[in-house]
Amino acid sequence: MRAVITVVGHDKIGIIYEVSHVLAENDVNILDISQTIMQDMFTMIMLVNTEKSEVSFKDLSETLEGLGKNLGLSIQIQHEDLFQSMHRI
Amino acid sequence: MLNSMEIMETIKMISEEHLDIRTVTMGISLLSCTDGSVQKVCDNVYEKITRQAEKLVETAENIETEYGIPIINKRISVTPASMLLGASQNPEDFVALAKALDRAAKTTGVNFIGGYSALVHKGMSLGDQALIASIPEALSVTERVCSSVNVGTTRAGINMDAVAQMGRIIKETAEKTKAQDGFGCAKLVVFCNAVEDNPFMAGAFCGVGEPDAVINVGVSGPGVVKCALEQVRGADFGVVAETIKKTAFKITRMGQLVAQEASRRLGVPFGIVDLSLAPTPAVGDSVAYILEEMGLEKCGTHGTTAALALLNDAVKKGGVMASSYVGGLSGAFIPVSEDAGMIEAAKLGALSLDKLEAMTCVCSVGLDMICVPGDTTAETISAIIADEAAIGMVNNKTTAVRIIPAPGKKVGDTVEFGGLLGTGPVMPVNASSSAEFIHRGGRIPAPIHSLKN
Repeated sequence: MRAVITVVGHDKIGIIYEVSHVLAENDVNILDISQTIMQDMFTMIMLVNTEKSEVSFKDLSETLEGLGKNLGLSIQIQHEDLFQSMHRI
Repeated sequence: MLNSMEIMETIKMISEEHLDIRTVTMGISLLSCTDGSVQKVCDNVYEKITRQAEKLVETAENIETEYGIPIINKRISVTPASMLLGASQNPEDFVALAKALDRAAKTTGVNFIGGYSALVHKGMSLGDQALIASIPEALSVTERVCSSVNVGTTRAGINMDAVAQMGRIIKETAEKTKAQDGFGCAKLVVFCNAVEDNPFMAGAFCGVGEPDAVINVGVSGPGVVKCALEQVRGADFGVVAETIKKTAFKITRMGQLVAQEASRRLGVPFGIVDLSLAPTPAVGDSVAYILEEMGLEKCGTHGTTAALALLNDAVKKGGVMASSYVGGLSGAFIPVSEDAGMIEAAKLGALSLDKLEAMTCVCSVGLDMICVPGDTTAETISAIIADEAAIGMVNNKTTAVRIIPAPGKKVGDTVEFGGLLGTGPVMPVNASSSAEFIHRGGRIPAPIHSLKN
């Protein structure tokens, strides 16, 4: 399934490296990536595919949340349909 | 491809503005559980609910994790229980049934089960009589069972005998649960024009026109609407309505997505999305604050009814296109004890029972979670129910009363229910008696629906 990962917090060196490292370890493929500064906050949005991943979505979600805590950032992964259904008819 | 702004808007709605799915409610028909033996009915009921809803909570939690949207309540509604023990006229048999429902709720992990109900708008069957008589006991010995009684409809008029009895039943329920400040009454609703597919407690039941099992979803998001209105301060009402509509559309799309997904995963048909704005006691999740954001100093002041009418209508207009099937109660809720802004306004005296009654003419559903002094008479409570039922009957809408005459409490006291049920300030009622009016009994005939004025 396709999911959206959002990373929000204060900018620092190595955020993309850390997140993509965890994703690679869990066989999650990155399809698209964008980053910007919104209201002084570092905001990174990734579109990923979890089809090849063997870990459950819940575990992946918890791993990313844990990584976020270590880095002092908020990291979430959510099914892409949530955003599609809200913003596209 | 989605853009960053859209994605971050959704994230912000959930993380900062309290956007959530208020309830995923599985309706389960229990008509197949009837039997000559009371024990057998209770066994059948327990077995059917626990089988049908076995995966309800787990499925809803998985959806929460995958979509990252909180689903606050997972609940079950069942066929009005008064229909299930046709052969029994003994209230104790119904209490046994309530206990079976409670056990089933605990086994499946839902926090409430609705449908300990009777529809008596034109008269009472023997089963209805026994069920109603059993309500105080049933609500005091169970934890998660919710009860509702429909006393009027636009087509049938109002059953004033039932109205009079419900005043007494509410008093008795409060008395039986006085150790918890009359908490039993928070699980009891008296309706006019009750709907069959309502996912919200305490008034949910699974009507006889519903399938064997069905998924109904109630959305929420007062905080999101409030935040959207903060961006258009000072703009005219056209802009206000448009802003609410757009926000309601987005909120409802979440409900539609979750409803479809829950229905697919559980293999149970999707019923409806209830286009609701349901507050919680959390700061920033209040319907009253939306009204205040429109320019009212305090909810309950002059202008409140007009503000609520606009809000309610815009929520429906925005939501209706976002969902394939809309139903339930659909509208803004104004439960006093569950809404931080309402609690505050009632404590200050800005919001009175009379103003709340006026507000219920233009929104969903009625006088909800209102605490009144413990010495309020049964007749006064019946008269409050009659007024509310009359509004529903004449205006062809659902109205309801969920009122708590908190034992030993006086005006100015507060009642702590905890959790989502919140804190209720005890509000004054009119001191003049309605007893003779209520003692008349009989039925108020159905209203005429032409010659409109």
